[in-house]
Amino acid sequence: MSPIATSLPPRPPASFHLFAYAAPQRFYPLAGRIALASALVAALLAVAGLVIGLGIAPTDAQQGEAYRIIFVHVPAAWMSMVIYLAMAFWAGIGLAFNARLASMFARALAPTGALMAFLALWTGALWGKPTWGTFWVWDARLTSELLLLFLYIGFLSLHSAIDDVRRADRAAAVLALVGVVNVPVIYFSVQWWNTLHQGASVSLSKAPSMATPMITGMLVMVGAFWLYATAVTLLRLRTLILAREGDAAWARRLREAA
Amino acid sequence: MNWSSWSEFAAMGGYGLYVWGAFGMSAFAVALEIAQLRARRRALRAGDGAGART
Repeated sequence: MSPIATSLPPRPPASFHLFAYAAPQRFYPLAGRIALASALVAALLAVAGLVIGLGIAPTDAQQGEAYRIIFVHVPAAWMSMVIYLAMAFWAGIGLAFNARLASMFARALAPTGALMAFLALWTGALWGKPTWGTFWVWDARLTSELLLLFLYIGFLSLHSAIDDVRRADRAAAVLALVGVVNVPVIYFSVQWWNTLHQGASVSLSKAPSMATPMITGMLVMVGAFWLYATAVTLLRLRTLILAREGDAAWARRLREAA
Repeated sequence: MNWSSWSEFAAMGGYGLYVWGAFGMSAFAVALEIAQLRARRRALRAGDGAGART
């Protein structure tokens, strides 16, 4: 026996495939496990973030206790933009490659993104009143964030207005991709225009302009919001998979087992 | 800790309405989203999924 016969590279296991989880029925149980883990960590981070933000972080020299709104305002505002980018990305993948799960992912992200945009505006208004003297001004940062909320609502409305679900996915994806230009406008609005809104407190290029417990509490809350958004998005994705693929045998078995 | 009493904590240095309005709405929104998801899931698992297109 020559050794050559045994030195062939091993075959990859037949079950492994890079895009295996692009199949909704394969991703369904995985989504459930990731959602559960994310929800648990999100809850722990939220408790830690609230203790730091409301208990440990010192009073702000200029804004008194009103600044504590930052611990929900900044995470909500950041997530409203991050979720939009993720939604547009998956909508684009769904459009370009005709991938069902990617389109469902985009659709699952939209309500949570809208929620985050709404919370950013609501908490911002309650922060603006004591610090600027007004709940609302039509300046660049606030107006572009309001437009982001309308883009989410437009995505969901357009999607539900079209009967054929794959056509709805494609139409809403085009809207999501066009709306992407608004995200850098929001982010850079405080540099490009004169605005009441303060500049970024955190950047990668310089040290944060905040006390350590303040910045720690804020970043912990960002982590909590991020993992919360991950958990609810994946749970919503599971309901979308069940609704769309509900006639498939695997989904019927799942419902009967529940 | 910055607070010597619960009432001081609730008052938030006179900004209580704004601070708790922000945190309260966030908690309410999260609770609403979770409740809505659970209701949707229950309806899907119980029903036949018809009319549940989205």
